[in-house]
Amino acid sequence: MRRGSRWFAALMISPTLLVLVLVVLYPLLAAARESMYVRGEGLDADGFVVEGERFVGVANYAGLVGERFVNAFANTTVFTLATVAVETVLGVAMALVMHGVLRGRGLVRASILIPWAVPTAISGLMWRWVFQADGVANAIIGQKILWTTEGVQAKLAVIIADTWKTAPFIGLLVLAGLQIIPDMVYEAAKVDGASAWQTFWRITLPLVKPALVVAVLFRILQALAMFDLPFVMIGRGKFSVETLSALIWDEATQLRYGPAAAYGIVLIAYVSVIVFVFVRLLGADLLADARSRKERA
Amino acid sequence: MRRTLTAGLIVVYCLAPFYWMVVSSLRRTVDIFSTTPWPSPPSLENYAAVFGGHSDFGRALLNSLIVSGVTTVLTLAVGVCCAYALARLTFRGKNLVLALIIGTSMFPGALLIVPLLKLFTELGWINTYHAMIVPSMSFALPLAVWTLTAFFRQMPHELEQAATIDGCTRWGAFRRVILPLAAPGVFTTAILAFFATWNEFMIALTMISKADMQTATIRVAQFGGASDFDTPFGTQMAAGVVVTIPLVILVLVFQKRIVAGLTSGALK
Repeated sequence: MRRGSRWFAALMISPTLLVLVLVVLYPLLAAARESMYVRGEGLDADGFVVEGERFVGVANYAGLVGERFVNAFANTTVFTLATVAVETVLGVAMALVMHGVLRGRGLVRASILIPWAVPTAISGLMWRWVFQADGVANAIIGQKILWTTEGVQAKLAVIIADTWKTAPFIGLLVLAGLQIIPDMVYEAAKVDGASAWQTFWRITLPLVKPALVVAVLFRILQALAMFDLPFVMIGRGKFSVETLSALIWDEATQLRYGPAAAYGIVLIAYVSVIVFVFVRLLGADLLADARSRKERA
Repeated sequence: MRRTLTAGLIVVYCLAPFYWMVVSSLRRTVDIFSTTPWPSPPSLENYAAVFGGHSDFGRALLNSLIVSGVTTVLTLAVGVCCAYALARLTFRGKNLVLALIIGTSMFPGALLIVPLLKLFTELGWINTYHAMIVPSMSFALPLAVWTLTAFFRQMPHELEQAATIDGCTRWGAFRRVILPLAAPGVFTTAILAFFATWNEFMIALTMISKADMQTATIRVAQFGGASDFDTPFGTQMAAGVVVTIPLVILVLVFQKRIVAGLTSGALK
């Protein structure tokens, strides 16, 4: 390789890296620092009143054992587990159906993109309306459930709304994975006398796994950062649906930057752990292509 | 036959809530709680309420358009170069850069809010477009690089060689040969980035307090206090439809490209 091309690559990459340093790395470091300071007045060692920030070490992290944080942490975890599990099953089912459809494929694909296209905030509003006390959801099931008030039913409503929006997205990615499986493989399975169930578990699922794993990983990341749906659908500061992101946002906008940053650091640590475990267990090989290219070169 | 029926079920699942939003938006305020499957009689009362009075919803749409448009253009301009290098050049540390970009896409927005809110307050950036555009790049840029890299990889490898033989510099090969050929991929990525920014909520909610700077998603969510009744659901639904319709049209027109864009990253 000629030397010039290394410079060319560096030039091409540096604008992106510069932007990411400014909008991701800097906030991360600033938040880490912020999490060890508090705002406001205090007394220094000599008894003088000092304005501004004060170093407090890990004091901001004390909130981690508080009821509000524990609740938000639990909500985030429950939402992530429930929505991603349901979406994966529904999405795979949708993909299998769509794959076999011969007529009206265009219609199915167009309609599956609609939930994806509706902005989350708007879908929150839409579901808030569906789940009104006098709304259509109660009319259909013939009950009088107060979905959008504090309680388990609010959690359920959020899970339903989130599933609506994202199951089709998983379906779309899995469908693309299905379409690159050659028919030959299925014919061979048929010849060998495999049942439909066996074919699914032994052939289809392993072959769509790379597409599915990436889709699920991205969904987990989104679910762990969930904010707008409960905020718009149920309301600000509602205990039963308050996620970690909502808690961080609330603290930050109340100018309690210290605790907000501390919770933020915990959230990113939590996300990192989940991603690490997920990638280890399921082998989401995000860098596969780069690696195989290197080997070839 | 059974498959067609199940496929019909999927269509209903995807469209029913959206259909309900549209139907409700076309009802009169007096029969907003009616549960007939279509509005009777239909009325544009709610749409008049969205654009009339002091809500100034047109301004909110314009703000959304400016923020999403500028973010998309900036993101593409920067991201296209990076994606090209990642997909078609060999250099040391490439995997590290790739890992870094994937890593940043895992970054939760809420963590971003804390230091940026403080910083932007000090800089006097609150209630400006750039206070929304700059942080939006944190999620739009990794998305763009990720999608574009997949597109660039699909192009034949001989392109640059041919261009260099014909006397192009590396930059010339990129700009005159690769970029025009990659235009469909760039366009698809632009749609995805535009969607992501148009739907953004948390940053706009945090950085903007003045009504005339709010984006459409924020304005819709805050429709409420304007009327004397409790929540004006009809108006909300109409506003929701107005915000969503441009996206639905884009989806219907470019559905093949969007699907290709969404899946290319996942399948490599």
